Amino acid sequence: MQSTSHSFKDNARAAMANPTLQRAMGNMRHGFLAKRLAAIDRLPEFDALRDRARDIKNHALEHLDVYLEAWEAKVVSAGGHVHWARDAEEARRIVLAICQRLDARTVTKGKSMIAEEIALNPFLEANGIVPVETDLGEYIIQIRNESPSHIIAPAIHLVQDQIEQSFREIHTQFDRDRPLVEPRQLVDEARGVLRDKFIAADVGITGANFLVAETGSSIIVTNEGNGDLTQTLTKAHIVVTSLEKIVPTLEDAQTILRVLARSATGQEYSVYTTVSTGPRRPNDLDGPGEYHVVLLDNGRSRMLGTEFQDMLRCIRCGACMNHCPVYATVGGHAYGWVYPGPMGAVLTPSLIGVDEAGHLPNASTFCGKCESVCPMRIPLPKMMRHWREREFERHLSPAAMRWGIAAWAFLAKRPKLYRWVSGLTANVLGLLGRAHGSFRNLPLAGGWTLGRDMPTPQGETFHRAWARRRPRGTHS
Amino acid sequence: MSSSDSAASRPANPRVALFVTCLVDLFRPSVGFAAVKLLEGAGCRVAVPALQTCCGQPAFNSGDRETARAIARQVIDAFAGYDYVVVPSGSCGGMLHEHYSALFADDADLAARAGDFGKRCHELISFLVDVMGVSAVAARYAGTATYHDSCSGLRELSVKAQPRRLLASVAGLKLTELPGAEVCCGFGGTFCVKYPEISDRMVADKTRDIVATGADTLLAGDMGCLLNIAGKLRRDGHRVRVRHVAEVLAGALDEPAIGEPATEHAQARHTGV
Repeated sequence: MQSTSHSFKDNARAAMANPTLQRAMGNMRHGFLAKRLAAIDRLPEFDALRDRARDIKNHALEHLDVYLEAWEAKVVSAGGHVHWARDAEEARRIVLAICQRLDARTVTKGKSMIAEEIALNPFLEANGIVPVETDLGEYIIQIRNESPSHIIAPAIHLVQDQIEQSFREIHTQFDRDRPLVEPRQLVDEARGVLRDKFIAADVGITGANFLVAETGSSIIVTNEGNGDLTQTLTKAHIVVTSLEKIVPTLEDAQTILRVLARSATGQEYSVYTTVSTGPRRPNDLDGPGEYHVVLLDNGRSRMLGTEFQDMLRCIRCGACMNHCPVYATVGGHAYGWVYPGPMGAVLTPSLIGVDEAGHLPNASTFCGKCESVCPMRIPLPKMMRHWREREFERHLSPAAMRWGIAAWAFLAKRPKLYRWVSGLTANVLGLLGRAHGSFRNLPLAGGWTLGRDMPTPQGETFHRAWARRRPRGTHS
Repeated sequence: MSSSDSAASRPANPRVALFVTCLVDLFRPSVGFAAVKLLEGAGCRVAVPALQTCCGQPAFNSGDRETARAIARQVIDAFAGYDYVVVPSGSCGGMLHEHYSALFADDADLAARAGDFGKRCHELISFLVDVMGVSAVAARYAGTATYHDSCSGLRELSVKAQPRRLLASVAGLKLTELPGAEVCCGFGGTFCVKYPEISDRMVADKTRDIVATGADTLLAGDMGCLLNIAGKLRRDGHRVRVRHVAEVLAGALDEPAIGEPATEHAQARHTGV
């Protein structure tokens, strides 16, 4: 996917000026949050489970090589194939080669952020293969030619009218005057359209929430059952996934599953949790003819051993973005690449470079809400700060900001000079603004006073007033 | 930490160094004096070390680790020898308490000093309640207030119940809860400079919620949030009075509220509103 992360500011401005998007974001704001809280209230051991989930992933990441090789051996012994892909280009070519060998004309797809990351759909289309998204949200944005704006709710940026309009434009096979005002009517229409696609598809592609070393299985969670139809009805099931999804045992996956859905949608469990191990066996009633896993690195192994390793614990629940006030204000597309919100602010610079994605770790108030809700206890603000440090070291941060910090630091390191300058500033601003109480315009504060006033200082600094009132109360 | 643990081990009249914060120093010294009054009222002996400027957050959060370290060392030196360091800000408090030791992770001696320093640092209101055991204040306030939980105080220092507990003891004050009190106001330190439009939209959401409560006063424990919220309310013509919680708890109401014109304040005092 082509990044527009470098244009974050422009993207955000456009998003804030888009009333439909703002309406959609307003709808989103409360549902996820209340449901998550209710689910957690019903599970007193939730925080203890978060600790265990964190420890499981930390252990797996410390022994990534061991578990990946053990997992691969199990996949092979179950009759499956593992394809190691260094980058997006390799991953796309591996998928295409499998599809071409099977003469695939259409592929169905379960929801996969890795498929977004490697921009699989446009590549398949360019090679004459038709990809059909089968997750309702993904299907909606596919027919609208958009990208996901949220990692678990890809169409969260839309309101219902827009979906109705798109269905009427695309589903021309149906009566033009049919009613499409109830969510149920929209769902049923999509379901009917997709049913035929499932049956016609040659290859099914899904992602994976977990890879299990103990059994060589991949696990997906869905609420629509589309993943199961995608992967069981076809000649081949291709799992596109990335290497940090590995966990040692099924029990470990089960532990993490207990925090995943609760954090994501406030469900105790997703409606479907599907475990896949190898292709269809001779006595199986159904299942794919072949089972392939395309295991993507794409920069992740470079994060190991760095201050960003903890990010690889992420299980893509979306809680950080659900709770992020910046995400709620600008929406997911403003972030400009596959992963939005706080997790994207850390992951995107790791995967596509901080030169391109430098805005993202800066576009946070460090309010800390993301870290407080993360089921894997990922210290997201701390890692965003690490990116800011790298930007500062490499002189990537804007010159005006660097100059401002340098001038401020010069003073802050010289308390007597600082005292003199702050005293003068307080005097002058106090004199100028006291009658009005606040400034509508202030030099060097143009951004601030665009939409708010700047309250006036009281006129004398605390330190001067203190020295005057309590000459012996100051200790140097 | 529970209040009994820290109360048991503390001196009866501890020596407390006030970390004023750069925003209180420049914008609102009355908050510093209110803090001194509250601390002295709780039995503390208060000093104000002269060699303090800022906690270093602007550098720390801009990725300028070297400057942040230099300022942190300066602060640790200036505040050596006191029983406690108290800050009328959750944001600066979080910096001193949480982040200084991380800045010196590569230097065992400095990390130990920073760790010891961090343990002695407290946000003002939680210090009064949790360490000094204050459960009520002798203040009066005529009005209905709502309270915004500043992010760092809330999430780094667990400041939540303490201000509400003390406000409940203020005669005449009615406290009404703010929906979304824990949602960031959009200040974010350098964030409001780097992304002013997003920051402005966030504070607009916050002030909309504040106005909807019908409260005549908005309180919080951090000057950054207070300047942001007061500036937005003023611009939009709302007459909600904005004050640091310490001012109300100390009964320090002589100065106009944040962003309030002197005449409006005098008029309000006169009519007793």
